[in-house]
Amino acid sequence: MLKKLVAGAVFAGFAAGLIVVLLQFAFVRPLLLEAEQYEAGTLSHFARVGGEEVHDHGSENTAKPANDHVTNDHAHPSQGFELRRDGLTVLFSIFVYAGFGMILMAGFATAESFGHRITPRIGLLWGLAGFAAFHLMPSFGLPIEVPGSAAADLNDRQIWWFGTAVATVVAAWLIGYGTNPMHYGLAVLALAAPHILGAPHPGEYYGPTPPELASLYASRALVTAMIGWSVLGLLAGNFWEKDHAE
Amino acid sequence: MNTTAKTANLAQTNIATIALVFLMGATMVFAAGFAQSATMHESAHDVRHAAGFPCH
Repeated sequence: MLKKLVAGAVFAGFAAGLIVVLLQFAFVRPLLLEAEQYEAGTLSHFARVGGEEVHDHGSENTAKPANDHVTNDHAHPSQGFELRRDGLTVLFSIFVYAGFGMILMAGFATAESFGHRITPRIGLLWGLAGFAAFHLMPSFGLPIEVPGSAAADLNDRQIWWFGTAVATVVAAWLIGYGTNPMHYGLAVLALAAPHILGAPHPGEYYGPTPPELASLYASRALVTAMIGWSVLGLLAGNFWEKDHAE
Repeated sequence: MNTTAKTANLAQTNIATIALVFLMGATMVFAAGFAQSATMHESAHDVRHAAGFPCH
């Protein structure tokens, strides 16, 4: 049983992690690299003249200072494949999704021990629940962080993130396999509790990355994760069903 | 009685296996997403940012 669970998780995790990393390279990485230039100060969000920020967009037609906003040679910073950095991203993406896959397979096995059948379609629903638990619901309190954004203490955020993920998993189980109104009530409570408690936020906003870039980054990262988890759930469910049909 | 014992034994094995697989997965996700050592942070940096794990 151990071998089969792990094999299914690694197989589904490999495929999902690979799809995620390809999407990431195409749609997320360019934004990340651009944001890092703002984080490092190579690019700056507002034109600065003599240390003062210029917010007057009406004067954009006049001569710009030398260090003004993105120009063509800055718009696409080093987009070439960096073997070490991007190679590690490929490895870790697969590694993380294989880890998610193992959590998912352990969940399937638990569900089956309670008499619930797992099919690829149910697997897809599990995948979407995983996406909600590990990405969507935590991002309701802690937005996906682009480099160069202000944030609260790392430990506090990690604790809140972890608590939200666990609470959402519990809620997803109660919604998926609940049998009476109390289960659903508990699910709503588990879903809401971390957000009523509130995520740790920075006292002030001082991130140098433009909000346009940050919000596009967050949206793309979320959709990428949703696709990844959908593939993961579908494949893991498929693997599970085939394995049990034998 | 023999059958009952076997079933109980099987169920115990299953629970242990499920727990083991879950822990392996959780450890992998934790290592890649949460471990604060400089090496892990640097190596998994882009994945952390893209997955929405708290970073920095």
